[in-house]
Amino acid sequence: MLVLLILHLLAALVAPLLVRWWGPRACYPLALAPAAAFGWALARTPAVDDGGAVVETYPWIGQLGLELALRLTTLSWLMTLLVGGVGALVLVYSAHYFRRESRGVARFAAVLVAFAGAMLGLVLADDLLLIYVCWELTTIFSYLLIGHSTERRSSRWAAAQALTVTTFGGLAMLVGFLMLGGHAGSYRWSAITAAELPGGAYLVTAVVLILVGALSKSALLPFNSWLPVAMAAPTPVSAYLHAAAMVKAGVYLIGLLAPVLATVGPWRPVVVVTGLATMLLGGWAALRQTDLKLLLAYGTVSQLGLLVVVVGAGTPDAALAGAAMLLAHALFKAALFLVVGIIDHGAGTRDLRELSGLGRRAPLLAAVALLAAASMAGLPPLVGFVAKEAVLAAFTDQPVVLAVLVAGTALTVAYSARFCWGAFATRAGVEPTTVGRIAAPMLVPPALLAGVGLVAGPAAGILDGLFRPYAELFGEVGKDLALWHGLTPALGLSALAVAGGAAVHALRGPLTPVLARLRSPVSGNQGYEWVTRRFDRLAIEVTGATQRGSLPQYLGTILLALVVVSGGAMLAARPWRHRIALWDTPLQVVVVAVIAVAAVLAVGARRRLTAMLLVGMTGYGSAMLFVLYGAPDLALTQFLVETATIAVFVLVLRRLPERFSARPLRRSRWVRRAIGVSVGAVTAGLALAAAGARRDPTISDAFPQLAVSEGYGRNVVNVTLVDIRAWDTMGELAVLVVAATGVASLVFERSRTGPRPQRPEPPTRAQRPGRPVWLRGGATLHERHRSIVLEVVTRLIFHTVIVVSLFLLFSGHNAPGGGFAGGLVASLGLAVRYLAGGRYELAEAAPIGAGTVLGAGLAVSVGTGVVALLAGGSVLQSARIDLSLPVLGEFYLVTSLFFDIGVYLVVVGLVLDILRSLGTEVDRHIEAAGRSGGGLVVDKRGSP
Amino acid sequence: MTGGGAGPTLVLVVAVGVLVASGVSLLLERSLTRILLGVILLSNGVNLLILLSGRSGAAPVVGAAPGGTLSDALPQAMVLTAIVITFGFTAFLLAVSYRSWYLTGDDEVPDDIEDRQIVRQAERNEVTTADLGGEGPDADPEQVDPEPPRRRPRRGDGPG
Repeated sequence: MLVLLILHLLAALVAPLLVRWWGPRACYPLALAPAAAFGWALARTPAVDDGGAVVETYPWIGQLGLELALRLTTLSWLMTLLVGGVGALVLVYSAHYFRRESRGVARFAAVLVAFAGAMLGLVLADDLLLIYVCWELTTIFSYLLIGHSTERRSSRWAAAQALTVTTFGGLAMLVGFLMLGGHAGSYRWSAITAAELPGGAYLVTAVVLILVGALSKSALLPFNSWLPVAMAAPTPVSAYLHAAAMVKAGVYLIGLLAPVLATVGPWRPVVVVTGLATMLLGGWAALRQTDLKLLLAYGTVSQLGLLVVVVGAGTPDAALAGAAMLLAHALFKAALFLVVGIIDHGAGTRDLRELSGLGRRAPLLAAVALLAAASMAGLPPLVGFVAKEAVLAAFTDQPVVLAVLVAGTALTVAYSARFCWGAFATRAGVEPTTVGRIAAPMLVPPALLAGVGLVAGPAAGILDGLFRPYAELFGEVGKDLALWHGLTPALGLSALAVAGGAAVHALRGPLTPVLARLRSPVSGNQGYEWVTRRFDRLAIEVTGATQRGSLPQYLGTILLALVVVSGGAMLAARPWRHRIALWDTPLQVVVVAVIAVAAVLAVGARRRLTAMLLVGMTGYGSAMLFVLYGAPDLALTQFLVETATIAVFVLVLRRLPERFSARPLRRSRWVRRAIGVSVGAVTAGLALAAAGARRDPTISDAFPQLAVSEGYGRNVVNVTLVDIRAWDTMGELAVLVVAATGVASLVFERSRTGPRPQRPEPPTRAQRPGRPVWLRGGATLHERHRSIVLEVVTRLIFHTVIVVSLFLLFSGHNAPGGGFAGGLVASLGLAVRYLAGGRYELAEAAPIGAGTVLGAGLAVSVGTGVVALLAGGSVLQSARIDLSLPVLGEFYLVTSLFFDIGVYLVVVGLVLDILRSLGTEVDRHIEAAGRSGGGLVVDKRGSP
Repeated sequence: MTGGGAGPTLVLVVAVGVLVASGVSLLLERSLTRILLGVILLSNGVNLLILLSGRSGAAPVVGAAPGGTLSDALPQAMVLTAIVITFGFTAFLLAVSYRSWYLTGDDEVPDDIEDRQIVRQAERNEVTTADLGGEGPDADPEQVDPEPPRRRPRRGDGPG
């Protein structure tokens, strides 16, 4: 069975290709997929006709206990035959329905085959969750098929409505499935039937939810409105989805579950009431239609109502009748849809007021249609008659239901007559319709379907034997399927219905105003529209109320939540209980005082530079606190970062206005400060609470010992970064690379990988021979921007700085330092080169792309981890290599040094990228703006 | 660098509070530069907060001090990472403010235009037309149940 599903999938995948080669004719080879399913099911007939089952299971998602469980029983065998057989015929039909130049045929063919596969999966699945997955797949494919004419608004609307309604039902059904499966401990339907059912309201809820899904899929009240609207689809789609396959999914599900669930409280009332009401309303509405396709659509709604009543009734006789009806309906309704398609295709209209004389001009077509319609009306000796007899016979003990069924059947007879009359009668005053030559492959499928209906009637005995195993799931079967039962009440009622239907059709003239007036006051469409409008309104109200578009407002809300929630928890912990020291050293007090003053002043500062320097002061103060706390690595990094931050800030601030813009909102300022103070108080309280909250010894107690034994280093912080928690560092490196890329892409208008700036003029040495050149890029700067002192100092210290950075890198394993600190020092060296000599000097100092450095750093770090893995260790595990060199003597190397080198490179690359972007590139912007007389205009050509 | 085993002190807790309070006040501003400065202040405060979760003591270098007196290395490693990430973030936000200035001549964060539009719609009790796929099935006379033209509620500000 899985092979069949895969076959459909493959066919769907190659369909676009085939259509490109062969046009709509590609549907012929594609029809092989559903035909294979048909043939396979036919070959399995002996296996299921004695009540047996064909079972296949494949492991799928082991953790969820989910497997691909497929099971072929009588009901699914019947559905497989219908899905495969009608599917193949519809594809053959489609090969001629579409013209070569029609748009979207490739998508149509692919989706139709995929739909056939999903439908096949649905009827073969034994697992409720698998049923759900296939169910939703059919919903999605039907969305694509209904919306075939993407350029037509009505088509898109119809597709969206079908999708919305059936997905809603599908979700309800899923919940029902989960409830059932959760209780039984298995989602295999065959296992659930064996398990004990849950009791009471739990089961009732589950059943109602599942019924909502089934009824919405089969377009029963109150979900019926989507089906007539879905007639916007091409006719082959209507024939397949809305007659034979998809709408039958709900009926199938009801039929599958009925043997077990029909006895549950609400099942029968829901199924019978909605089914009968749908049958009557659909039949009545069908009499009103002038569009033949819509007539059939409402007829389908009516028949689905009948099917749901019969299949859901839960008695053996009804089940037998239901199976026969399922078959009969698929045969005649698909045939009739295909006939309408031929008329529409040939005559260009399917409005019965514009058709005339078609019966005489296309006798073969008329014969096929009459045969199918007679089956629909339930005339002997067709299969429709057999099914209808069985239905009426099954309900003889329920007079009310029976009466409604007879009335509904009469309506069916009436609209069947209306269909034939509408399509083929000759109308006075209407120009005779011409349909041209009908291609044989278009006529054969409906003829075949109608013919099977003719053959199956007399062969009712065989059908009886085939369907009996399904009916026996409900108990002892009393009646049988046959063309002739003798003079039974059912026969009399049948005759009554035919007579009534004929009378209604004969009285169609006088009935017209009644038909137009007598209708449900609220159409399903209005209901759907009302609901969707309400949802839209609700969404807009909620969004409008919560999403005001103001960043400070959002942040304020989040922070207030922090104050309330965390603040409450903090107060509950009563942090003031903890007695902690005022200070470790009086120096702490001094530093904190400086930090506090700087922070508060920064809030009120009006100039950007002032605010930035004050904030920088808090950074340096933090570094001091780190020193006092016993964290020299942190202090070193914080000092370096703070310096680099100030340098980067200055690069940008030279472009921004000197002062912050004046803020008129004085009132909100106090709100902001109030929020700030409360968040600060809560955070401080949390710090206090956390101080006293420790109960267990910290895991880092073991770190010093681990650092020496596993990481071969004495600086615990560095070993933590490059070994114990190296994965964190790896993640951080990735973040830094992303940040660098982000900076560059915000500033560069084009790729940053272009040529680096080159000095425009020859080296200055040639200009002034004899004088030493301190920085070669310096000469490119404007005289007013040059500082010879800075150039000299830079020249003198740059190499020292680089050596120091390397020293920090290499010694970091055993003493404060490491890749971060080393990289930052080197970066500051580069920054100084840039500040002293301008962008050409930077290019001299680092004649390599920032992206290259970043990439190399990341590659080295990752490579270290990979090498450790290849060497048989775990990722990023350290190893110690003892070396002996002639001059240096004995020393050892730890492999995590290479990881640290990667860190170093990434940090250098980050700063280089920032200098290139916010330095070099912004320089160019400034120069371009200067050339064009100020403003924001920038030279787009990008030449430096 | 006092004796090992000491936890946070009150002045440090105060420092955390002041840094976070000033940072949040700036964060709620509209100028990107101020927001960025707020972020930096905030992260200085939070870094300190994280550091306080470990004990203070001698520098965590094995051999430099007796084993029990070392400060806690784990929060230090975390904070070290945080410091460098803040630097990358700062650079990124600076680039954003530069970009903002470059495009609009200012670095203020305006209200989100689409959000404001929805707020206006909510005030006027409207529905977006696009969501419903337009006019509904009645737009195509062939596709619907023929019936006397019924009064349908007009939707929002449709075209015309």
